[in-house]
This record gives sequence, C-alpha cells and structure tokens, in this order.
Amino acid sequence: MPTFYTKEHEYIRIEGEEGVVGVTDYAQSQLGDVVFVELPLIGKSLTKGAESAVVESVKAASGVNAPVSGEVVDINRALEETPAMVNQDAAGAGWFFRLKLTDPAELETLMNEAAYQDYVKTFG
Amino acid sequence: MRYLPLTADDRSDMLARVGAADIDALFSDIPADKRLEHPLDLPMRKSEMEVERLLAGLAAKNIAAGSVPFFVGAGAYKHHIPASVDHLIQRSEFLTSYTPYQAEIAQGTLQYIFEFQTQVAALTGMDVANASMYDGSTATLEAVLMAHRVTGRGKAILSGGLHPHYAEVVRTSCAMTGDAVVSLPPDVFAAEDLAGLVDAQTACVVVQSPDFFGNLRDLAGLAAICQEKGALLIAVFTEAVSLGLVTPPGAMGADIVVGEGQSIGNPLSFGGPYVGLFAAKAKYVRQMPGRLCGQTVDAEGRRGFVLTLSTREQHIRRDKATSNICTNSGLCCLAFTIHLALLGEAGLRRLARINHANAVKLAELLEAMPGVEVLNKTFFNEFTIRVQGDGARAVESLAAKGVLGGVPVSRLLPGAGLDDLILVASSEVNTDEDRAALADALQGAV
Amino acid sequence: MLNRPEHPTQGRSMQAGEATSLEIETFTSNRGLAIEEGLIFEIGRPEVSGVDLDEPAPFKDRLGGFERKDPIGLPGLSEPEAMRHYVRLSQKNYAIDTGIFPLGSCTMKHNPRLNEALARRPGFADIHPLQPQSTVPGALELIGELAHWLMEMTGMAAVAMSPKAGAHGEACGMMAIKAAIAAKGEGATRKIVLVPDSAHGTNPATATRLGFEVRSVPVRGDGTVDAAEVESRLGPEVAAIMLTNPNTCGLFERDIVAIAAAVHAAGAYFYCDGANFNAIAGKTRPGDLGVDAMHINLHKTFSTPHGGGGPGAGPVVLSALLAPFAPIPFLRRDGDGLRLVEHLDEAPDSFGRISAFHGQMGMFVRALAYMLSHGADGLRQASEDAVLNANYIRASLKDLMSQPFGDQRCMHEVLFDDAWLKPTGLSTLDFAKAMIDEGFHPMTIYFPLVAHGAMLIEPTESESKASLDLFIATLRDLAMAARRGETERFIGAPFYAPRRRLDETRAARSPILKWTKPAPR
Repeated sequence: MPTFYTKEHEYIRIEGEEGVVGVTDYAQSQLGDVVFVELPLIGKSLTKGAESAVVESVKAASGVNAPVSGEVVDINRALEETPAMVNQDAAGAGWFFRLKLTDPAELETLMNEAAYQDYVKTFG
Repeated sequence: MRYLPLTADDRSDMLARVGAADIDALFSDIPADKRLEHPLDLPMRKSEMEVERLLAGLAAKNIAAGSVPFFVGAGAYKHHIPASVDHLIQRSEFLTSYTPYQAEIAQGTLQYIFEFQTQVAALTGMDVANASMYDGSTATLEAVLMAHRVTGRGKAILSGGLHPHYAEVVRTSCAMTGDAVVSLPPDVFAAEDLAGLVDAQTACVVVQSPDFFGNLRDLAGLAAICQEKGALLIAVFTEAVSLGLVTPPGAMGADIVVGEGQSIGNPLSFGGPYVGLFAAKAKYVRQMPGRLCGQTVDAEGRRGFVLTLSTREQHIRRDKATSNICTNSGLCCLAFTIHLALLGEAGLRRLARINHANAVKLAELLEAMPGVEVLNKTFFNEFTIRVQGDGARAVESLAAKGVLGGVPVSRLLPGAGLDDLILVASSEVNTDEDRAALADALQGAV
Repeated sequence: MLNRPEHPTQGRSMQAGEATSLEIETFTSNRGLAIEEGLIFEIGRPEVSGVDLDEPAPFKDRLGGFERKDPIGLPGLSEPEAMRHYVRLSQKNYAIDTGIFPLGSCTMKHNPRLNEALARRPGFADIHPLQPQSTVPGALELIGELAHWLMEMTGMAAVAMSPKAGAHGEACGMMAIKAAIAAKGEGATRKIVLVPDSAHGTNPATATRLGFEVRSVPVRGDGTVDAAEVESRLGPEVAAIMLTNPNTCGLFERDIVAIAAAVHAAGAYFYCDGANFNAIAGKTRPGDLGVDAMHINLHKTFSTPHGGGGPGAGPVVLSALLAPFAPIPFLRRDGDGLRLVEHLDEAPDSFGRISAFHGQMGMFVRALAYMLSHGADGLRQASEDAVLNANYIRASLKDLMSQPFGDQRCMHEVLFDDAWLKPTGLSTLDFAKAMIDEGFHPMTIYFPLVAHGAMLIEPTESESKASLDLFIATLRDLAMAARRGETERFIGAPFYAPRRRLDETRAARSPILKWTKPAPR
C-alpha cells in the first residue's frame, strides 16, 4: 500500500481505488496538541489542492488540502471526540477521511516516502 | 504636563542613549513635507480644574433622567444601579487591565467572564453564552451572520416588531454583501405572519420579545416551523430585566438569543457604551462570534480560567474568522454581572415584578384619560399609546413641562404613518408622583 | 520552587534577616493576601439579595400567560459578600495601575481619573439617547467638539462617530469605501482588498465580512511595505488597501505617500488602520499622507480605559470623497445649533446604520477630557515621549535580543523576535512567563506574524525613566540567565502568579463554558 505526500505535509495512503488522507507525523509535531478537527461531509467532491478539513491546535488553525481529486467516502468520526489521536498516531488512527480517487494520475505529482523523508529533513 | 513623567533631563539622557541628535531624528521617516513643525491649531493644555469646569458646563446643559419624571425607553432603560457596582468596576485592577491574554495574571477578569457567561445562559435559557458584544444591535447582526454560516443560506427575515435600529443595522450589512433580507413593516399589534414566510432559502427569522412596541410574543410555534425548514430562530430582547418575569426565549425553542444588557448595571450614557448579550445552543458553539472563557486547571491542578476556542477569532483565523470583533464590552459586562449577582434570583424576580406593576399602573392611569389609547394587550414595562395629534410634538411639549414622557415612534420610524404613537416605559424608578406628573402634562398636550 | 529550611526556627521569634523559606500547605489554600475565591454560584444562594426591593402590591398582570415559572438558576450575594468577592477577584489581575503593561499594539497608557469622574456626571451618564434633542444640547456639543479635535488632528473632512471599537470602525470605513465604489458603478468589479502580512487579524476579517476578497502583500526586508509591491498588485479589480501606519512592527511606512498615490491612481481607496495613531498624533496628519479613511481607537490613543477588554470606541475619519457615504446618525449644524441626522431621507448617499443610537458617549467624554488636558502641545509631547521610550528600550536591549528587521529607529513600539533565544531552547512564551514572576506584564507575543516568536514592546509615554530602567534591567537579567542556560527559571514560569500555567489544550478539547451544579454524591 504505497503512501504519497504533499509539500503541505498531507499524506494519502492508497488502498485499491481509494485513499486514506491525513497529516504527517511531522505536521502533527509542528501543530502541537490538536484540539479539534473539522471534517468534510461524506459525498463531497474535492479537487486537488482544495481545502477539505481544518485541524486546530490551541493557537492555530490549519487547512488540510485534498492531496488529489476525489469524492469523500468516509470520515474518521472518532476525531470529533478524540482529536488527540492526530498527535498519537497521525499515520494510523489519526486519519481524516477516505477519498475515492477520480484521477489516480495525479498521484504522480506527489512525493513518495523516501522523497518526503528527504523533504522533511530540509526543515531541520 | 501632569500625565507625562519624563523631565527635560530625562529626555536628553535618553536621546543620548538612543544616539539621536534630537527628538525629530526619531520621526525622520515621516516625509519632510508632511511633518507638522508646530502644534496643531487647537487649544493648549489645561489643568484638571479647567477641564472639569468646561465639561461640567456641557453636562449641566442636559436634562438628566434622574432629575425629572422619566418614561423614555425604546431600547435603553433607566434603572437604579447600586452604588457598589460603580465602585467595584472602578477598581484599578478591573478598569486598567487588558483583555485577559496572559491568563495567570488575569484570573479576576476571566473568572467574572465565566460567571457572566453562566448568568447569561441561565437568564436566556440557552446552553452557552459568549463574553459579550458591543450592544444589542451589533449582537443581532452577528447572530444573522452566524445563521448564514450554520445554514449555508443567505436570507434573513426580520420581524416588524424588531427595534428599527437593529433592523437597519442588519439591512445595512446585508446590502453590502448582497444577502437577502425580508424586513417586515412595523407591526404595532404583533399580528404579522412570520411562519408563512419561512422557506428553504431562509437562514433565520429574527423576532424580538418584548417587541419594539412592547408586546410579548409566543415564539414556540415559529421555532417549530424554523426547525422544520432548517432555518434558525433568533430571539432578541432590548430589556434584560424582562427575563426575570417572562418566559425565556430558550424555553420557547430559540436557536440563538441576543439582546441588550444595558439595563442591568449600566447607565443610559446617551446610547453607549452598552453590552451585547449573545447566547446559543451548544451545537453551534464553534460558529459563535466573540470571546469565550472556559474552565481548566493550572500546572498544580488548581481550577483556573482561560480564553478558549480562540481559533474562531480574527487574531488567529484572520479572513476565515467568525467575526472581526476584538475589543468587546468588558467593563460593561462586569457591571452587568455584579448587578445581577447583587440582585440574585429573588431580587431580579422582584425587580421585574415591580417594573411590570409600575407599567400596569401607568397603563391603567393613561387608559382612563380621554384622547389617549393604550394599544397593547400584553407588555412588560413598556407599551405603545396613541394620542390625538402628533406624538413628537406631544413629547416635546411634555419636555417643556419638565417631563421626559416617552419616545415618539416617528423618531425611529418616520413616514410609517405612526406619527400619533408614543412608546412609554416605566421602571422601578418611577413613583406615583411621576406617573401623576406625566398624566397631568399629557392632559394638556393631547 | 521554594527551599526547605536548613535551620528550623523552633518557634522562637526571628530577627530581621533571619527568615527562612518553607513551603506550607495552608488549610484554606490561601497564601496570605492571595486568597482563593469560589464562584458566585458556590457562594451565593437564590433567596439572598444585595438589593432591597419591596414586593409590589397585588395587581392584575398583563403578561398574557408568558410568566417565567421555572427557577432561573441565579445566585444572590449580599452587599458585603459581593464587595469581598469582586475585590478578591480584582486582586488576581495585573493592571496599568499595578505596573508597566508593555503590550505592543494595545497602548496601555495611564487612565486619568478626571475622565472617569466627568463621564459619570449625570448630565452625561444619565441621559437617554432618545430623549428630545432639545434636552441634550450639551451632549451634542460635546460630540461636535470631539469630532472637531479628531478632524483637526487627522486633517480629514468628516468623522463617523458611531463605531463602537476599532474593528467596528474598520467595518464602517470599509463600508464607506464599498458604497463609494458602488456609486461609481464599479461594485461588481472592485472586489479585492490588499492587506500586508503584518496586519492585525481584524483587517482581513473585516474585509471578508463585507464580501471582499483578501490578497496579501509581503513585507520587505526592512519591515515595511514596498510601494512597488503594492503597485504590482493594483488594477481595476482592487477596491482598497488596508494599511496600518505606523505598522505593527513599530515602523513608519516610509513609502506611504507613494502607496497612497498608486492606490488612488488605480481608482482604489486607502484605508488606514489607526491603531497606532498615538505615535504620530500632532507630528503628522493622515489626511496629508493620502489616507481616505481611518479609525481611531479612543481606548488606545486617547486613553479611555481598556477595562479588561472593552468597551472601546472607534470613530472613523473620512476624506471629502468618502464623507457623503458616512453612516447615520451624524451631527449637522442648523441655524444656531447642532442636530442629529438620524434617517436616510436626509442623507441620501449614506450607506446606512452600523449600531443603535449615536456611539460610545461615555468614551467620548473621557477622550475629550484627555485631549483638553493635553492640548495641542501635550498631545505632541505625548507622541514624542512614547516614541522616545520605545527607542530607549530598543537601544538598551539590542545587544542581547534580536530584531527581525535589523536595528533601526522605531516609533512607539519595538519588535524583537526569538532568533536570539534559539540556542537556549527556550521559547518566547517561556520568556514572557518569566517576566510575570518579576512583576511585569509580558509584552505582546507571537504578533505580528511576520516575526518569528515576536515580542512587541510598547512602553507608552506614561512610564518614567526609572520605571523603564528597572524594566530594561530585568529583561537584561532574564536574557542573560537564558543565555547561561538557567532554563528552570523559565520553563515552569510563572511561579509567583495567582495561577501557574493553565492547561489551554484541555480547555479547548472539552470546553467547559459555564458553571453547572455538581451532581449530588
């Protein structure tokens, strides 16, 4: 199951025709304690780069953009009660939503695991 | 100058440390042709005694409410304020502090805001209240904008019983953004059909009770229709004391309740500063405007308070904030909460009953007068009368006789064909003598 | 936090200088004068009242059945209980009257008590906004006089007095601009408002609220806005620029005249955020710089008390071009007196109304008293002293603390960043909290956003040299301690405040926004 990354520190883990979207562990470490996550509605169509969710810490709110285009097929409702999961397990239980991809070719514009790890290193 | 501590020697020592030849060197980024070389064409400084004499002279030209029989309302009400309220709000630590951003050294402010929020929620019958808005009119606009966000719809329906200034504030803002407003004509008898107007484009219906003309309104039926159609019911009040006696909007199903808090703790002050109250159902809390104070613990586990859910606000969310409000009505909210704590449940209920009793006495007195008609079936402490002839002229002639007898409806609704109507308010400050003076003066005026 | 005593005193009386430290758990949790205070809901009782009122004689009500029957849930306090409660709460607050309150961009200057006394005169405090205008000539005269001072000081043609605070003033000014654009038939095209990255959050929030789209303008290396950057973003779709001057980095916008000219040449308007007018009052006039509209925070520049977050007042001065669009109500001089124009039929171009009644009268009285007290000479001196004080702090700290845009003269406030703290591992927040233990209110932190870990210090003209010297010496001591690696003084700070650091994450994750009665055990 390959995972792809954006420069804004979102990830999308491909599972068949769908992808699981969240923010990376590096992103959660920069955000600090996550206190609230605003998720998109199921069924919403997103275009690549469109703001699809908002993740809030005490003193900041950051938009989470759709890494690729697609339709929202599921959201992680557990985050509404336990936003701290984003801090504890960003790549796993802290996922945001599932997308049904409309244009898988868009994945080629994203970074793979190795490229992202190099990219994060540039932030020191 | 008595407020400036630096001496001439201080200034030259400090300029030397800074490395500036003179003070103007520090202003040299101002383009040379735009610098003022001399003081402005305004008077030079004055002593405390001189300023006091000048402004006391201006104050003396005005007729103070407390000096005459006084029945003026229409959105601002004369009530007695306990001396302790004004003393306490002048405590340096309240008066000269800032918005409590550094919570560890602002627990005094934060705790009273938390108490205020709790009181306002109880008073309105709602789940949550914020730390205040500027006044009732701007709180009403904020409620409409919040309804836009919650429903994703643009149309606001404004009752004809809504205070005309409040309606104008909403209309002005919506005209700027192109959002639809259906503003109903003045509704003297609370007879309009709002429920029939609610449709799938409606974001909110805004209704006031007691309304501008003094009528008490049943909101329950309208609340049910709004819920069915996915619109929000915004209930407005301009007389907070009424909530000590009449059914609160929350109990009738309102989604957002806003109002003017002036009449508890705050003087008339010619229209400001006042304090806007804002309360809502808990599920809408993240769409609320303004500051919210929340309870938490400190590093030693002790209870404490902080400003919270700040990501809604302009200093963090900028162009995506729920409102642009920053400074609110801090000290007016303190006056409100102190006065209400002094009154308490029993005191507020008694105060409200006295207000109602005084208004009923006045209505009975006026109803008995030939040429005067009381129009309301229901009211709290204010009602509408019809006089023979022009209401504004009647009010002027009362003033000439030393009675401030009410507000001519035409002052707020000119050209609406309501020139013979006067709003008359009566609170705990009115005595039997005051009422008799009004009746006497009115006898000659109509 | 405190040391255990090495030599217990065994109950004998101590000589001066012999006291030792001992951390004692008190029964009450109080610490001497620092008294723990419960909530009114824990202290009060529903049947108690601090206001004596007699039940009215029986009468037939006119409520039509809308009587509130259920308990409201309000506690009552007797007067002595209320006095004690609120005095104890007040003692947990820092205030200008306690010490220097160097919040940048907030202008925490002395609040003269003459102003308080005058605003409480019955002729001002006890008059109703809708009593006949013939009964309030002194009130109208006062508003007219204040308006005159504001126009004279800013060199502008008109002033809208009804805005209730700075952000409300911004909305008012931008509405006038929007109305002017609409009057020219350009309402459909001019949708963009330019806002520099250093702006207050209220600027973009205001613009969006009015249906504009916000485009940011970067800040150049010296901390100011480059006229060329503005020019490159101008066009027929731009409605206005919102520029703060002096800006939030404490710098005078050097290109302001060129920016104004470019904005006007493009058919757009120049809104100035006047939050920092206190630096230049009496030294230059915004009208002469090309400003079309600017709000003035009476609670900043003219010292009406901040009151723990308000009330404020935000009159907006307008150029002759924008004056016809000013909101109602406004004053008009008719024959021998002043009169309030309250309706659009007398003001056909007015964009409408932004609040009930006529503005913050209580603040007007205080602001005019402040102006009269200072006079033209004193206002100019106040601006000069405010700027001198800020530069004095800059000159005294620049060797220890870093400045994001290099060391350059500043206006009324000086901006540092956290670059100098980086090697210490401490944050701006840690440094600020350590100031609390030293008895100072921290400066504004993490604003403006263009400086990393910003620390914005505004001393105001109210501070004496001795006060500044102690403040500077303290910050130097803290900075050197940080550099020496004495992190324990910072990480857990504050140690000596009424509360230690509060858990904001917990507050935001599960909000408790009101008191609820504990369930019976």
